[in-house]
Amino acid sequence: MPHIYESYDVVVVGAGHAGCEAALACARLGLNTMIVTISMDSIALMPCNPNIGGTSKGHLVKEIDALGGEMGKNIDKTYIQSKMLNVSKGPAVHSLRAQADKQDYSREMRRILENTENLTLKQAEVTEILIENEKVTGIKTYSEAVYPCRAVILCTGTYLNAKCITGEISNYTGPNGLKAANYLTDSLKKAGIEMYRFKTGTPARIDKRSIDFSKMEEQPGDEETVPFSFTNKEEDIKKEQVPCWLTYTNESTHKIIRDNIHRSPLFSGDIKGTGPRYCPSIEDKVVKFADKDRHQVFIEPEGNYTNEMYIGGMSSSLPEDVQYQMYRSVAGLENAKIVRNAYAIEYDCINPNQLKASLEFKNVEGLFSGGQFNGSSGYEEAAAQGLIAGINAAMKLLERKPLILDRSEAYIGVLIDDLVTKETFEPYRMMTSRAEYRLLLRQDNADIRLTKIGYEIGLISEERNQVLLTKEESIAKEMKRVNEALIGATSYVQDFLNKNGSQSLKTGVTIGELIRRPELNYDLLEPIDLERKPLPKDVRDQVNINIKYEGYIERQLRQVEQFKKLENKRIPDDLDYEQVKSLRIEARQKLMKLRPASVGQASRISGVSPADISVLLVYLEQFRRKHN
Amino acid sequence: MNTDTIAAIATAVNNSGISIIRISGPDAIMVADKVFKAKNENKKLASVPSHTIHYGYIKSHELTIDEVLVMVMKAPNSYTKEDIVEINCHGGIIVTKKVLEEVIKSGARIAEPGEFTKRAFLNGRIDLSQAEAVSDIINAKNNYALKNSLNQLKGTVYKKIKELRKNILHDLAYLEAGLDDPEHIDIGGFRNELLNNIINYKKDIKKLLDTVNNGRLIKEGIKTVILGKPNAGKSSLLNALIGAERAIVTDIPGTTRDTLEETLMIGDLCLNIVDTAGIRNTTDVVESMGVKRARLMSEESDLILYVVDASEPLDENDEEIINMIKSRNAVILLNKSDLEQVITVEEIKEKADKKVLLISAREKEGLEELEEYIKDIYFKGMLEYNDEVYITNLRQEEALRMSLESLEMVQKTIEDDMPEDLYAVDMMSSYEALGKITGEQVDEDLINTIFREFCMGK
Repeated sequence: MPHIYESYDVVVVGAGHAGCEAALACARLGLNTMIVTISMDSIALMPCNPNIGGTSKGHLVKEIDALGGEMGKNIDKTYIQSKMLNVSKGPAVHSLRAQADKQDYSREMRRILENTENLTLKQAEVTEILIENEKVTGIKTYSEAVYPCRAVILCTGTYLNAKCITGEISNYTGPNGLKAANYLTDSLKKAGIEMYRFKTGTPARIDKRSIDFSKMEEQPGDEETVPFSFTNKEEDIKKEQVPCWLTYTNESTHKIIRDNIHRSPLFSGDIKGTGPRYCPSIEDKVVKFADKDRHQVFIEPEGNYTNEMYIGGMSSSLPEDVQYQMYRSVAGLENAKIVRNAYAIEYDCINPNQLKASLEFKNVEGLFSGGQFNGSSGYEEAAAQGLIAGINAAMKLLERKPLILDRSEAYIGVLIDDLVTKETFEPYRMMTSRAEYRLLLRQDNADIRLTKIGYEIGLISEERNQVLLTKEESIAKEMKRVNEALIGATSYVQDFLNKNGSQSLKTGVTIGELIRRPELNYDLLEPIDLERKPLPKDVRDQVNINIKYEGYIERQLRQVEQFKKLENKRIPDDLDYEQVKSLRIEARQKLMKLRPASVGQASRISGVSPADISVLLVYLEQFRRKHN
Repeated sequence: MNTDTIAAIATAVNNSGISIIRISGPDAIMVADKVFKAKNENKKLASVPSHTIHYGYIKSHELTIDEVLVMVMKAPNSYTKEDIVEINCHGGIIVTKKVLEEVIKSGARIAEPGEFTKRAFLNGRIDLSQAEAVSDIINAKNNYALKNSLNQLKGTVYKKIKELRKNILHDLAYLEAGLDDPEHIDIGGFRNELLNNIINYKKDIKKLLDTVNNGRLIKEGIKTVILGKPNAGKSSLLNALIGAERAIVTDIPGTTRDTLEETLMIGDLCLNIVDTAGIRNTTDVVESMGVKRARLMSEESDLILYVVDASEPLDENDEEIINMIKSRNAVILLNKSDLEQVITVEEIKEKADKKVLLISAREKEGLEELEEYIKDIYFKGMLEYNDEVYITNLRQEEALRMSLESLEMVQKTIEDDMPEDLYAVDMMSSYEALGKITGEQVDEDLINTIFREFCMGK
């Protein structure tokens, strides 16, 4: 018999990276929130790679932080190595990545949750979402406990009907042997929600003591550490870092894989789910890129207090005996002792096209979702969606406007727009090439882009907002100064320029013009910029980037202006596409299914042509005039 | 509302003496000022009052193209509620097209089908009752234009553009793969190779643009098919028409379909003449390839020239052809009028209600009458042809130029020693522009190519 217990404003299902952000956002915005997890010991678990950030993912973490999320702060506390990727390239693609102490990361996040007001933690398996009249009313657990609530945020990760596969052996468990959630899918299907089945995988973990690091290249962290959180300065988080290691597969590894490929569940057809192309298994790489004679293997520590090492680049679902042969064929791993086998995992997720950009289901009011459940992959993608789902569940209950970031404002905007608009056939991974306006969406200016929004939402303190405003003011002032400050062609200046491989001056120029020269930059010009006052590094960086790439930034801003025009043309929720004559059939069907919120979103649906958009624009104008 | 300026020929591209080019948008007057030289040389359209007409010339590099009247209508008192300039051209079709080309080169873009009306409606100029008609126009014309450009763009031009797109995409995917996964894909040093590639792509596009300037990517003109039995004199007719001293536009290799085509100018009229294989075999006429082919040709044609050997009686092959041309624009040419005739004009007129002319292809007799007749029906509006092809060509030229400009930007970015992530936007634009010619959208091309061609990820 079901028992009805206390009610909540919001129940978050799952305490992974999405669930944690969602629950924290709701609780911090004053809503009575419960977070339910299958295991209290696996909060903010990192069941795959031991790092946070990386290309474009680092951007997401910075954005989460700028909006008032937790991920950036948590990794700053628990990192064991930090690296800025792509520093030899432009500022838009600089990406921060940190190795985490996984257990620390999880424990620290749990401590934060446990000490957050309005937040209740609960270990249970949610088996049913209670829905009345297409509106969420509560949840039910395996023990038939019912908790009434006004909103539910589903962040079930890879746990729904999860199945782990190593060669011929399958286990019906979630990641790391944790219990799977075997009932919720049916409840969702009953509510008319369309489910997909995706797959992902992880490599083996190997005992550090069995690895010969002398055969590998050491990969140290950066000397200069950049924090993820804008609330931290370098000196706040500086610490002794641990190295990672690089080795390679070889012909013999590839032969072992090829000889046993028929035993791979991926190739035998045992695995039905679609995997992410960005994280291919080693057998995938060997088959698809047969001409490559070696693949990189990164050996990464799982933490400071464990001997387990993550074997990056060699995820696999081959049988255990093949795994032994395969790993031991790699230089330095000849005597490897495998602590945990590599495995593939299949799980249920949704077709994210069923969601609004607020991450609320279109057909179930009060039901929100985030993370791998939405068909994405990666901790950072999950956390970003969790945060937005949390904010928007709160906004809904507080009767405020939802937070929808568009593609010109944030990577988070690109991520969510792609998920809810485009056709997804594999776990979605963020990439910088997906962001059309990436020169504007840099990791270094995430605070300038988003912190004011976080403040309006209520997740950023007054004090932090003031810090930002002061920073913006200093940037503007300094930019004005360098664009006006003239440098004469004195012999001191000419010498300086020559020494730095830059052409001598013919007439006087501004500091700004010198910053634009490829071989020079703001910091470098200090000796000849006599009026300069000391400024913090983050301000100096912004001045340098804004001036150096001014022409390109302006062009992107103009493109954004164009983009915003269609984005701001809203489509009424109840628009009857049958009434829009002259739409092609394919376009009409897609539009009816997706129900885009704006003409801009409609234009990104595959199968909707520019002519269809013209027709739609004309219809909307007609509609507007009729209803005025 | 709209930030770009559009232009098109507002009148039908056919028989009228005057044709109007309409330019609409914020830069309409500026664009017009670039091509228009008023009689009074000091006069600039930018400083004339709204709703005034001005007399002068359209010039291209000091060369006068046409003598025109130009009307200026300033926003919001115009059809689109934007600034509009209308150029009234007098010099016939070819000149009008030339004027439009100059307008496009000066900064306007070719209007999309139905775009003036769309703007008029969206800017509140025309009322609700017309809205549906607007949608219909947009849709019908777009479908037509797309079909048109795809069907006709074949051969080496199509292949060349496909290849260019593939190469640009590959380079871009490599760059992006390196930016997204720097630990697996090292793009250090690619800069110089890319610069080289970009210079080559530019050369290829310039070559294509030359093709446009020498003729067209797609053949324009009245599609004319010569039908008839073997030895009726089809080839002689074609030779006679072409052989005379007229302006002949030679074929651009690969731009035509796989048939023998010749282009012939009659005054302002451009005829694309296709010589079909003779219709043979009396036993299995219907099934023979010759007839099938001829039927196909004639169905797509604007004008059929049916050559009949006047010295031989009509047979079932002729019956077949006569059936074929019944509902088409056709002229029957009774050939070999120098030999003894067994078929009379009356006899053939009885079977097919078409204009019949007596000619001798070999002696080049009756050809002038034929030309006069074609001109006559054209100017009476009885012979129409598809002027969308012309617009398609202009659009493609525009796309090629855009693609080239984008590549020039990439080149500049590389030469300015800017970082790799700044190449992407312009390379993508170049790729997109070329896609407009082949009718391909971009969608997930880049991401798919990255994953297909480069080994990414952990």
